[in-house]
Amino acid sequence: MTATTLIHAEASPRRLLKALASQEALLAIAVIGLAIIVGLYNPRFLAMRNLSDVLLGNAYIAVAAVGMSMVIISGNIDISVGSLIGVLATVSGTLAVEGAPIIVTWLAPLVVGILVMAFQGAIIAYLRIPAIVVTLGMLSILKGGLIGVTGGKWITDLPDSFHLANIELFDAVPMPVFLMIVATIFAAWWMRYSAPGRTIYAVGGNAEAARLCGISPPRATVMVFALHGFFAGVAALLYATQLRVIQSTVPPNLELTIITASVVGGVSILGGVGTVIGSTLAAILIAEIASALVFTDVSPYWIRAVQGVLILITVIADILRRRRMARA
Amino acid sequence: MANDQALRETAAPPRLSVYNIEKSFPGVNALTGVSFNVAKGEVHALLGENGAGKSTLIKIVSGVFPPDRGEVIVDGKPVNLARPDDARRAGIATIYQELLLFPELTVAENVFMGHAPRAGLGRLDWRAMREKTRHLLAALEIHDLHADRVVGSLSVGNRQRVEILRALSQDARILIMDEPTAALTEYDVTRLFDIVRKLKARGVAVIYISHRLDEIFAIADRVTVLRDGAHIATKRVADTAAAELVQLMVGRKIESLFPKITLPIGGPVLEVKDLERRPLTKRISLTVRAGEIVGLAGLVGSGRSELAQTIFGVTPAEGGEIKIRGQAVYIRSPAQARTLGIAYVPEDRGTQGLVRPMTVRENFSLAALGKVAFGGFIDRAAERKLASDGVKCFAVKTSSLEQIAGKLSGGNQQKIVLGKWLANKPKLLILDEPTRGIDVGAKAEIHRLMGELAAQGLAILMISSELPEVLGMSDRVLVMREGRIVAEFLREDATQETVGAAMMGSHESAEKVA
Repeated sequence: MTATTLIHAEASPRRLLKALASQEALLAIAVIGLAIIVGLYNPRFLAMRNLSDVLLGNAYIAVAAVGMSMVIISGNIDISVGSLIGVLATVSGTLAVEGAPIIVTWLAPLVVGILVMAFQGAIIAYLRIPAIVVTLGMLSILKGGLIGVTGGKWITDLPDSFHLANIELFDAVPMPVFLMIVATIFAAWWMRYSAPGRTIYAVGGNAEAARLCGISPPRATVMVFALHGFFAGVAALLYATQLRVIQSTVPPNLELTIITASVVGGVSILGGVGTVIGSTLAAILIAEIASALVFTDVSPYWIRAVQGVLILITVIADILRRRRMARA
Repeated sequence: MANDQALRETAAPPRLSVYNIEKSFPGVNALTGVSFNVAKGEVHALLGENGAGKSTLIKIVSGVFPPDRGEVIVDGKPVNLARPDDARRAGIATIYQELLLFPELTVAENVFMGHAPRAGLGRLDWRAMREKTRHLLAALEIHDLHADRVVGSLSVGNRQRVEILRALSQDARILIMDEPTAALTEYDVTRLFDIVRKLKARGVAVIYISHRLDEIFAIADRVTVLRDGAHIATKRVADTAAAELVQLMVGRKIESLFPKITLPIGGPVLEVKDLERRPLTKRISLTVRAGEIVGLAGLVGSGRSELAQTIFGVTPAEGGEIKIRGQAVYIRSPAQARTLGIAYVPEDRGTQGLVRPMTVRENFSLAALGKVAFGGFIDRAAERKLASDGVKCFAVKTSSLEQIAGKLSGGNQQKIVLGKWLANKPKLLILDEPTRGIDVGAKAEIHRLMGELAAQGLAILMISSELPEVLGMSDRVLVMREGRIVAEFLREDATQETVGAAMMGSHESAEKVA
């Protein structure tokens, strides 16, 4: 048959509408809309200083969410990342205090992060143990081990050169924000255009079909965890260098905040669907909401509840979309 | 129709009638004024291509969703079927293609799930439950199924019998069966028909959906053909013929379902000698040559898919020899098989073939990423070209390359699953049930493509449970039984009788009760 059955692309206005209805566009609109609304209520919210504090303080969450999104797209989950960030930050800080060269203190968390996560990925992939169980185990090991080793002491007297946040590119963009943007763009581009990125979507969408196409799902799983470990290392570095001290604990439920960013960013918890741009925007939105609560005199304790509502809305929207698709 | 008239006049109204059912979903008119009826003790077949509206009609009668317009009448009384429970109370039971059973529970528990007999204080009356299950088994003369067996350990045929028992335990007077034989062996099909005849004798009205015309002629009294959501015709089976039904279904004349072109056959592409992989691949030897289509017949469970997966490296061989174009190879993984020029289109496109959330373009390039990726990065233009060539060559009906593949119809999904392999230019194509569950039009299309691929010199090994397909398409037919190749026929010697007899073996044994 030579007849083309490919009916031609829809008219552009419909395409534009479709693009605007994407999770990424909705999140971008929400980030800007919320800033305007809260700014009208309390103009101080829009002060450069506050906006940059919001980004600086949360860039590490966005970076970790990039890796988390990849893991969830591949059909896995990782709940150990919060503890791992704590461990990596401590490793980096300890090296800095011990006088290791700065470049070593910066690279160490990346290397250790990749090793720990690749190890978990290998257990998940080759022993076929569900990711949630393996990473639950690792969560406890890392959290308990960290307290045990440090005795809960904070790391102080960090050398000045250690602090990434002090570096500004073009005298305007602080290093953490720059890294967040670079990590997101790089990961988005890699997921979209590279062959290994495509295999991650394939394995998450239908591991069996991918396997029969000659793709190795276990290899994809180890790869995606190793990458996740790299991004966790970058996140740990940003976390370690944002303050003058490194606490031996990370914010409670850090892993859940990171997973929330991924899910709200449009990554399907069932795997196979989502983008890292969405998760970064969602991380920014969540941080912005937390700050907005302060500026509108609402107790910041509400941030958890707001996150919960966001998760439910996103997941419900995702499920409704799938239902519509299934019926078509 | 005279027969209908007679039915209506002899006092008893039809057991079930539907009048002028209309249903539309956003953008689609799924049903446009469909009417038909089923008499007491009648088997009424519903026939139509995928997307003809059969499923929608069944779902309306089962109370899954209500019609936009129209009426459902049971025993002369209009019923309102807003929920599945309403249908159950009206005496309507549906057995879906994917059986809905609890694998960890026993036969008796499954049969009485939701309406178990009770003893005092609301306790389950286990004794009565077993007793009643045994009565139902006896009534249908099923002797190889025990009320205490765990359902997960049963064969597909026996699981289906459990579903039928469940329907009977609820006093169903109308039984809807959606492609009940899709996963059954020929032996189980025979048994199913025996049971259906017993149900008829008890006055149950059966609505029978199947793509297999021979079954309709074997079991149905009347047949209603749907096309594009409209009622096309209702015929007495005795008054019609397969060619007429196919023509009604597709709205055009098909000369032959399986246009077979005889081609010159080249040298051996695949040679397998004494291949072993227990438990279902036992000392298999076979050869497939360039331009040749070899049909692999056998009952479900005879080891055909297992053999294919061993050749493809999914479950690597434990012994024996595989040669590809004369070269001895040891295939350890699908990736290696792919490099050697082998393509494998699996049996179950839903779970093994298609990545549903991915686009048409991404599915097409999945098996050939190496061909469109350079230095690890995908060349979008090359990928689009590959996918649009595939869409054209296979006549995939899709709105665009960016369409989500899971949204397409079954036949179009199958074309993608088949098509994605050809970008790799394989030498050997292994097809496992290439046309199961897809409509007649798409089926003919896939058969035509198989012929073209063979003409290009591809060696094709086709597994199929449909004898007419095996007989129609193959140059040679191999028959497997219990993990061995038990017979080989040249095209001219292969008939329903010879191949069928080889498949069944001399003793027709019932399911071995473990």
